[in-house]
Amino acid sequence: MNIDLFFQYIVAGITYGTIYAIVAIGFNIIYNSTGIINFAQGEFVMLGGMTAVTFHTFLPLPVAITAAVFVTTIVGALIEVLFIRWLYKPSVLRMIIITIGISILIRETALHIWGEGVRALPYFSGTSVSALNIGGVFVSPQVLWVVSIGAIVVAFLNVFFNYTMLGRQMRACSANRDAARLCGINAKNVVTFSFMLSAAIGALGGSIVSPITYVQYDSGTPLAIKGFTVAILGGLGNSTAAVAAGMILGVLESFTIAVLPAAYKDVIAIVILLGILFIRPSGIFGSTEAARLKEF
Amino acid sequence: MKIVKIITYAVLFIALMGQPAFAKDAVKIGAILAVTGPASFLGAPEARTLEMLVENMNAKGGISGHKIELIIKDSGSSPEKAVSFAKQLIEEEKVFAILGPSTSGETMAIKNIAEEGKTILLSMAAAEVIVNPVAPHVFKVAPRDSFAVDLIFEQMKMMNISRIGVLSSNTGFGKAGKEQIEKLAPGHGIQIVVSEVYDKAATDLTAEVTKLKAANVQAVLNWSIEPAQAIVLKNVRQIGLTVPVFQSHGFANIQYAKAAGTAAEGVIFPASRIIVADALPAKHPQKSVIQAYKKAYESRYKEEVSTFGGHAYDALMILAKAIGEKGLTRDNVRTAIENMKGFIGTAGIFNFSPTDHNGLDSGAFEMLTVRKGKFAPLKK
Repeated sequence: MNIDLFFQYIVAGITYGTIYAIVAIGFNIIYNSTGIINFAQGEFVMLGGMTAVTFHTFLPLPVAITAAVFVTTIVGALIEVLFIRWLYKPSVLRMIIITIGISILIRETALHIWGEGVRALPYFSGTSVSALNIGGVFVSPQVLWVVSIGAIVVAFLNVFFNYTMLGRQMRACSANRDAARLCGINAKNVVTFSFMLSAAIGALGGSIVSPITYVQYDSGTPLAIKGFTVAILGGLGNSTAAVAAGMILGVLESFTIAVLPAAYKDVIAIVILLGILFIRPSGIFGSTEAARLKEF
Repeated sequence: MKIVKIITYAVLFIALMGQPAFAKDAVKIGAILAVTGPASFLGAPEARTLEMLVENMNAKGGISGHKIELIIKDSGSSPEKAVSFAKQLIEEEKVFAILGPSTSGETMAIKNIAEEGKTILLSMAAAEVIVNPVAPHVFKVAPRDSFAVDLIFEQMKMMNISRIGVLSSNTGFGKAGKEQIEKLAPGHGIQIVVSEVYDKAATDLTAEVTKLKAANVQAVLNWSIEPAQAIVLKNVRQIGLTVPVFQSHGFANIQYAKAAGTAAEGVIFPASRIIVADALPAKHPQKSVIQAYKKAYESRYKEEVSTFGGHAYDALMILAKAIGEKGLTRDNVRTAIENMKGFIGTAGIFNFSPTDHNGLDSGAFEMLTVRKGKFAPLKK
């Protein structure tokens, strides 16, 4: 393998990795405040992409994406208020099953609204064939957009969770909901907000990756599976770790293709997921001690 | 009390017999189509076509007096669902015939079920194995893979291409196509340097195409029916691979070309004539059939017609013609289809025989390309 191709595989891996990481971050936010895995996360991504494409028919691109993020955030809030909020002491399992139900609901609704067609936003800069030639390695400008927006989101989340009152309240709820309530934190509102935030990030992700991956009413589920793998791999709840884990998985997948038939790509993802669950359930970057204190 | 019972039965019997004598029995036709799911590009236009045609035919009195009762089942392109729907349609609904399924994987899953249930199956999928070996009740209206592969290889030879990279999806269509490609390549002097299979839900194929680039292929041949076939086009061009790209007849839906944008320019693929209906010479025998269907479909659904909707048209019309000739006796209808000659459909001119349950030849395909975002005949 010559050096150009080596880097070409790296670029492919980073492209996959960023897409996975964006979905994984959405999982992490809701996990951080509720301790559950929201299996409708992939649907937020799909919904964001779909609404952005629809808005883009009559709005300029940045406005369309903002509007799509806004709409999906509202949907996230509605879901929490309608299905999660009124539950009295819900068990983790029950909430997870509810989110699976919601994901089916959103998918079918999307099918009725948009039909089964494949859609995509236009490339933010250049066209579907333009690529930057960096020393023999070709990179689509859209990949750079995705990577940079992904980086901004992660930086924003780090600041948000560590330095703002609301972010710290969300973390407190995750650590111990009852104790957080005793400290005067309105746990219910925090949960609503976490659904809104993860819907917003999902929608933003869905909009920016749609030129690369396309979006269809059922494109959420496969993304959710990969995102979930990455979230577990990095350690649930840690968004920076999710990015690193996403890159690891993406690059591994890409090199798997280089040496093995491409059909084995997903085998790698599943083997890694199982391996981590058996050997280090807290994730590569997670703390084993912290994991022991958690309910799920 | 016995007399009461007898009277009751008599009344019931009369009530059942008391249908108006002039209306003939309705004919129940089942359809198993991938209306949703990854192959919805096939199933959705097929379902819409059937709904439209059945409505029109029933408005005109059905098939020589028999109203059509159409039951469409959405399999979501899952072979498992196709199996349970096939059983349901045959055993519970007792349908006269089944149209579909849309995909090869599903058709192969229910081929034996239809044969055992002695129910006529008119598949809209492409794979060779559906009609080879022949099962008496199983027919298909989509042209065979091997015709498409042959045409592509001939085109490659004309372009002096001998080393190719093959990509295919892990679906029935992808697998069947890959088999035909590997089987037919040596005969045409084509060498397959790399052959990669990807997941039907793949979202980016940069690594796969990089592998092709590393192998210095002279052309890329992709075989799938999913959005991945548009993704592959973009990825090939993005990594700076400038060789010609060939696609299967599964590419024959303008949405894919639109989705791939500039990357779709110049892609070469075989497709049935319905795609380039307006460019056909006026005296072409298929022209009037195709244009009538195209006009009806496009004015009703406000979307461009596709090859796949055409398959649904062919399947229903072939069945309707056989029923019109032989009435509702299944064996006679089956024999009528098997011996039907010169039926002009959207996919080509069908000449069935007891050994050929497809009835089409490689003349069913035309080599097309994408020029300025539109399908156009490839100039030889």
